[in-house]
Amino acid sequence: MLTYIVRRLIQTVPVIFGVILVVFLIMQMVPGDPAVLIAGDGASEETVQAIRHDLGLDRPLPLQYIQYVLDVFRGDLGTSYRSDHPVMDEIMLRLPTTIQLALASIVITIVLGMIAGIVSATRQHSTADRLIMLVALLGISLPSFWLGMMLISFFSVKYHLLPVTGWGSLEHVILPAITLGASGAAIVARMTRSSMLDVIHQDYIRTARAKGLKNRLIVYKHALKNALIPVITVIGLQFGTLLGGTVLVESVFAINGLGRLIVDAIRMRDLPVVQGGVLVASVIFVFVNLGVDLLYRYFNKRIEMD
Amino acid sequence: MAMLTQEKLLEVQGLQTYFFTDEGISKAVDGIDFSVHRGETLGLVGESGCGKSMTSLSIMQLLSRPGRTVGGQILFKNEDLLTKSEEQMRRIRGKEISMIFQEPMTSLNPVYTVGEQVAEVFRLHENLGRKEAWAKAVELLRMVGIPSPEERAHQEPFRLSGGMRQRVMIAMAMACQPDLLIADEPTTALDVTVQSQILDLMKQLQERMGMSIILITHDLGVVAETCDRVAVLYAGQIVEYASVDSIFDNPKHPYTQGLLQSLPRIDEDQEELLAIPGTVPSPYDLPSGCRFAPRCAFRKDICSTAQPELLKNSDEEWVRCWMYDENWSGSDASGQPHISNQEGSKVI
Repeated sequence: MLTYIVRRLIQTVPVIFGVILVVFLIMQMVPGDPAVLIAGDGASEETVQAIRHDLGLDRPLPLQYIQYVLDVFRGDLGTSYRSDHPVMDEIMLRLPTTIQLALASIVITIVLGMIAGIVSATRQHSTADRLIMLVALLGISLPSFWLGMMLISFFSVKYHLLPVTGWGSLEHVILPAITLGASGAAIVARMTRSSMLDVIHQDYIRTARAKGLKNRLIVYKHALKNALIPVITVIGLQFGTLLGGTVLVESVFAINGLGRLIVDAIRMRDLPVVQGGVLVASVIFVFVNLGVDLLYRYFNKRIEMD
Repeated sequence: MAMLTQEKLLEVQGLQTYFFTDEGISKAVDGIDFSVHRGETLGLVGESGCGKSMTSLSIMQLLSRPGRTVGGQILFKNEDLLTKSEEQMRRIRGKEISMIFQEPMTSLNPVYTVGEQVAEVFRLHENLGRKEAWAKAVELLRMVGIPSPEERAHQEPFRLSGGMRQRVMIAMAMACQPDLLIADEPTTALDVTVQSQILDLMKQLQERMGMSIILITHDLGVVAETCDRVAVLYAGQIVEYASVDSIFDNPKHPYTQGLLQSLPRIDEDQEELLAIPGTVPSPYDLPSGCRFAPRCAFRKDICSTAQPELLKNSDEEWVRCWMYDENWSGSDASGQPHISNQEGSKVI
């Protein structure tokens, strides 16, 4: 297991290099010259050139890339064009908020999704099953920004149960987390249901029944651990969607998180912040995926641990 | 053969298990009678789809929808299992009646170690603690012939061969020393050499524990080797029920005869193997007369119009065929039916 973890860790290095390259190249392709933006509308050509030189934007692209990579590994993501603060500081200021939001959402995705899926599968064709699958279909289909606004207008504006925007207390987390976790929960519910139904008809479940086990034990011990194998993969993939979703949800709920930082930075052509933000989000995703793979191995021992 | 007593452990009477589907009612088991004495091995024999497995699942009450037992009695130690609650049945399963299945590859849970799966039975039915149950599981794995059971117990089923897994299944079934073991084609999925090892193991354990076995199989070779009594099933009904000697030496029903004729024999010089022509009727659309009539070489007019009753004689030998009357004499002019030159048989 340990050698596997080490090997997987080493494998993440080229992935991270690749991520840096892609982020770097995309930002090069974005129209608009950051130097012109920083200098302002009426600036002279010399001023723009000077700014360009200061930022290293006049150097050949490969050199810019190498310099950027070296800086990244020193923990230096550059300086924000807009605020003049180190990008790392700006990100670190916002990251905890986004991580809290993401964790709350993933908890909703997993807990709500799995419970709904299990209930649905164990009561196949019942009213509860049909209702859950209908809600799940809605959860997948509804765009999160719309769902967010509907939740705000219902729970906050109409009934004043929860705050409209902001961050800081548990109450602030609930609506954004539901908004962000809804589609994931819906997908996990459907996946859990179909996986459980598949497992329930396996021979080893019949064996468990022939042993005289209680139904509860059959469902939650013998069936669930097998059914979770494909569900874990889906949850891992959902985490990526979820990180992307923070951008929208943080905007809808006016939360100062990483997603909103990136959106604002894109609007301002604040290249280092965009690069840094996307990079941090990508690295988080890479490590989450690693965690999912390890979990997958734990559940599915048939993958050889060489 | 095992020690026989006259005490009936299990008595199945008029068992009917139907499947209620959109296409209609499938009469998978349609009025089956048989009994199993203590210490005896009963073979349930027949082609695929004749109702063998459904009979065993009915006894265990492990039928899944849309299957349902709609009639009959299953007397186990003189108590009708069909009147028991699910909770009462749960206490019987795995403790008094246990079951092993055809596919050892898929019958064990892939994500738990075999030790855990065996120990689970002790924890469930004997309320043993984790450690104690584990120790007993390892002991049991040793008893069923698994080499270095201490290490094997820690392995998941996929690390074991088919034969080993079937041994684990047997260990699990034996854990609580059941009175009745139902073995549903326990050797069908195994190599021939492993088959005989598994059958030997079952026989050994039977002698040691004195349990009864219902052996479900389509392999008459296995029946000859292990069974005391045989019930031959055809299209959800018993067509012949007799001692193993009687079945092999003096088969009464044309279907039983056909099965024996299609069996290669090492002790006889056979020029050809005879197959029974035609196929088993669909359980949705059964013939109105004798269910075997469309394939029978001795068909008479009555066979296609009326169903023969199961004739029972005093020796607990039963047959369901119009060729016999209450006195068990062949009513056919030619006497004992014989089908060596059966018309319509094809050579395989």
